[in-house]
Amino acid sequence: MTPLIPMATASVVAFWVLAPLAVLLALGMVLARKPVHSALSLAGMMICLAILYATLQAPLLFVVQIIVYTGAIMMLFLFVVMLVGVGSSDSTIETIKGHRVAAVIAVLGLLGLLAFTVGGTIQRAPVGLDGATAPFGGNVQALADLFFGRYVFLFLATSGLLIIGAVGAMVLAHGERIVPKLGQRETAARRLQAYANDGSHLGPLPASGVFARHNAIQTPALLPDGSVSELSVSKTLAERGAFVDADELRAPTREAFRAISEARGHDAGELE
Amino acid sequence: MNPNYYLVLSVILFTIGVLGFLLRRNAIVAFMSIELMLNATNLAMVNFSHVHGNLDGQVGTLMVMVVAAAEVVVGLAIIVTIFRTRRSASVDDANLLKY
Amino acid sequence: MYLLETVVNPVAATGLFQWAWLMIAIPLVVSGLLMVSGKIADAWGHLLATLAVIASFVIGLVLFLDLLGRTEADRAVRVSMWELFSTPTFTFRTDLLVDQLSILFVLLITGVGALIHVYSIGYMAHDERRRRFFAYLNLFIAAMLTLVLADNYLLLFFGWEGVGLASYLLIGFWQHRKSAAVAAKKAFVVNRVGDMGMAMAMFIMLTQLGTVNFAEVNERVSGMSSGMVTLLGLLILVGACGKSAQVPLQSWLLDAMEGPTPVSALIHAATMVTAGVYLVVRSHAVYAQTPTAALVVAIVGTVTLLFGAWIGTSKDDIKKVLAGSTMSQIGYMMLAAGLGPIGTAFAIFHLITHGFFKANMFLGAGSVMHGMDDDVDMRHYGALAKAMPITFATFAMGYLAIIGFPGTAGFFSKDHIIEAAFDKGLWFGLLALLGAGVTAYYMTRLMMMTFFSNKRWREGVHPHESPLVMTIPLMVLAVMSIIAGALMNNWIGGWLATSTGFHPHEMSLFKVTPIGWLTMAVVAVGVVIGWWLHKSDVSDTVPATRNPLVIAGRNDLYGDAFNEAVFMRPGQGLVSGLDSFDRTVVDGAVMGSAGVFGGLSTGLRRLQNGYARSYALTMVAGVLLVAVVLYLGRLA
Repeated sequence: MTPLIPMATASVVAFWVLAPLAVLLALGMVLARKPVHSALSLAGMMICLAILYATLQAPLLFVVQIIVYTGAIMMLFLFVVMLVGVGSSDSTIETIKGHRVAAVIAVLGLLGLLAFTVGGTIQRAPVGLDGATAPFGGNVQALADLFFGRYVFLFLATSGLLIIGAVGAMVLAHGERIVPKLGQRETAARRLQAYANDGSHLGPLPASGVFARHNAIQTPALLPDGSVSELSVSKTLAERGAFVDADELRAPTREAFRAISEARGHDAGELE
Repeated sequence: MNPNYYLVLSVILFTIGVLGFLLRRNAIVAFMSIELMLNATNLAMVNFSHVHGNLDGQVGTLMVMVVAAAEVVVGLAIIVTIFRTRRSASVDDANLLKY
Repeated sequence: MYLLETVVNPVAATGLFQWAWLMIAIPLVVSGLLMVSGKIADAWGHLLATLAVIASFVIGLVLFLDLLGRTEADRAVRVSMWELFSTPTFTFRTDLLVDQLSILFVLLITGVGALIHVYSIGYMAHDERRRRFFAYLNLFIAAMLTLVLADNYLLLFFGWEGVGLASYLLIGFWQHRKSAAVAAKKAFVVNRVGDMGMAMAMFIMLTQLGTVNFAEVNERVSGMSSGMVTLLGLLILVGACGKSAQVPLQSWLLDAMEGPTPVSALIHAATMVTAGVYLVVRSHAVYAQTPTAALVVAIVGTVTLLFGAWIGTSKDDIKKVLAGSTMSQIGYMMLAAGLGPIGTAFAIFHLITHGFFKANMFLGAGSVMHGMDDDVDMRHYGALAKAMPITFATFAMGYLAIIGFPGTAGFFSKDHIIEAAFDKGLWFGLLALLGAGVTAYYMTRLMMMTFFSNKRWREGVHPHESPLVMTIPLMVLAVMSIIAGALMNNWIGGWLATSTGFHPHEMSLFKVTPIGWLTMAVVAVGVVIGWWLHKSDVSDTVPATRNPLVIAGRNDLYGDAFNEAVFMRPGQGLVSGLDSFDRTVVDGAVMGSAGVFGGLSTGLRRLQNGYARSYALTMVAGVLLVAVVLYLGRLA
């Protein structure tokens, strides 16, 4: 058995490092204007807590906190943040009159109340969990005994809860189709109609450009006259500024050709 | 080390969560504030478990995590649904149910 | 003379008597059936209703014959039914009592009732709501039978209210006429006054005697203090006055003539209005204990018999004359009932003969109206004897019966009452005698104005005899008017002995006492005056007169004016005062507090602003508040 003193020392160090960090990250979550930053701060705070769990002799919770909470739940948050809009940031103007001041006062009151009532409740040294886990051979086994023994009905109830939650989420996220689905035939007809109306191009959009060193999706294709085809690059990428200049792309090739023709002593323009 | 420190940390995190819920209008951030509060109480429970030498606190914490997972799934689905119809994730915009 | 041997404990019902409840049930079920069956029953509803009453009559007759064959001790039969409800102190049952008194009533009600049903088939033939009329009639029969067959005052009260309801429905049957609707309401309201007396009488019985059962009340009443028993007697009298239209609760009966004529005949002449007499006779043991209350009963009866006769002399509406006459005759019964055991049997005797001849005359009046296009004013009649021979002949038999022509029903029954009144006191006798003379006068006046003298028919009126379905009941009733008295004269006293507590000596059919001769003389004078005054031309308009007696009579002796001045105006004043108090003070307080709360709510609902964050803030504030309160509580 590990002696208590070194453990305590390690846990003291861990606490004094992690506690301020957790508070800062929590404040960061509240104060960050972009939801993404909030989510990342919260994830960090959760990892801090996970380590604190480890120092409190809760190895299973340490793992679960990281895998389930930080790994799964927070990523779900990030996913929704992405769906709802990554870039949007909240305005800092409070719309409800006097709400901010009242909220801060109330929270300070709550802090005082909780600190006053809860903050000093423990009047003895920690017992530690060694006594509780030893008969089972470890923390996980001891928890398993509780889950499959005394709390088995609770455990079963949570399975029901999770199933209901999953079904509920699917029901809520299910979108009702309000226009008929377009088949190939309709798409083709629509495209021909567009061609008949204003002469839009019938065939597929041009593929992105293929250069000697670049064939990424944001590289534009060149038309026969050497100009850039706007249609070959996704509009989104173009607006984001990912559009790559064709001349820039051609420059290395040109450079290479020039070097080759210098080496051969031929006219540089011949090969071009 | 005094186990009350963990409690004080838990209290501070909890009140930060309350503050976040009161101040932030973004529904996702409000949700995160709630998660923060849950985590704060989890810490308190794990601490109590450690102090009393009793694993029930850890069992409770696991249960809170399970419930939180279910809650997050449904809550986020609701947020997405609202966003889909109202193009807004602000809790203040969903204020039709009033006087 | 006041004997306690009158207390008879009824024997349990056996055999046929166990089915006595069918008498009530059959009309009741048929009534309900007709009310709910809608137009399906229009074609045969009246026949079914008539059959129901005849069925009740047959059952009653069988039971009557059974009773005839029994010894006197076994003639009161209790038909055990079920318990209505019970308290730790009292038990109320719905048992029926078939005894000598009630079976006579059953026969009268169902017998006359059946005849009137038959008559109504013809009389109401052209009324589109005939089915409903018959439903109400059957309801009345069922309620009236409940009243007379009840074994205790509470069940009697059920029937009492039931007949009140049926009376209300039937008086107002032509409710499209405002006068009918008002008359129905008036009858209902005045009857409530009497009902209050009934209810209070029952309260006294329960507190003083602990029972409302007839037999038990009769048995225990001698143990009551004299003051209480007098009060009880007076309260029962109040109930009887309301139902039987006795002074001072008489005013509704004249207006009740707004109902169809068969209703007047059945309810307001033959049966329901005599319920008060029945009640007084039923409670004879109470009156035996309280000479004071009995005296009041006799006085009320005497006053009413003169009152009704007075009204009868001055009215021109044929039904109102008959209504006044009904009041007067019931006054005779009341007087007899108040005379103590000596008179109660005569009261019932007169009640039954009156039931026959008055129903006969009412139906005759209906027949006349039928032929005269529903005109009720006798000044528009005249010389109808030839136009309506059957109606005339039957009516004349009723006439002879009511004036007490020797040998007819009224002769026997009324003479006995007058004699008994003389026994009681000179003044009672003289006034009863005077009433007999006045009765002879106004009935002669009615006969002369209707069937003799000059024709005063309105234009376009062609009097004609009524169809057989109407005249056959008239004939039956006419025959009964003549012979019922002689049939029952020697029998009824003995038959009712145990019910009334009096064993009369045998009365001879043909031996006439000096008072009998005197009565005949007075009646003859009345007839001659009536004939003399109306033998020739009668004015077809109401002659102007300054005679205050006539004016008072035409105005129902100011009964309505009295009620209006003494009860209605102060009542209205009180009600309008209470109403304005309610509007200003009570409503003001209510609306004011509502307004205050409304204003507060308008302010408070601003808190419900739809922002989840505000609600969360409120919640946090609430947590803090609770914590502070708890902390202060701990400190205190």
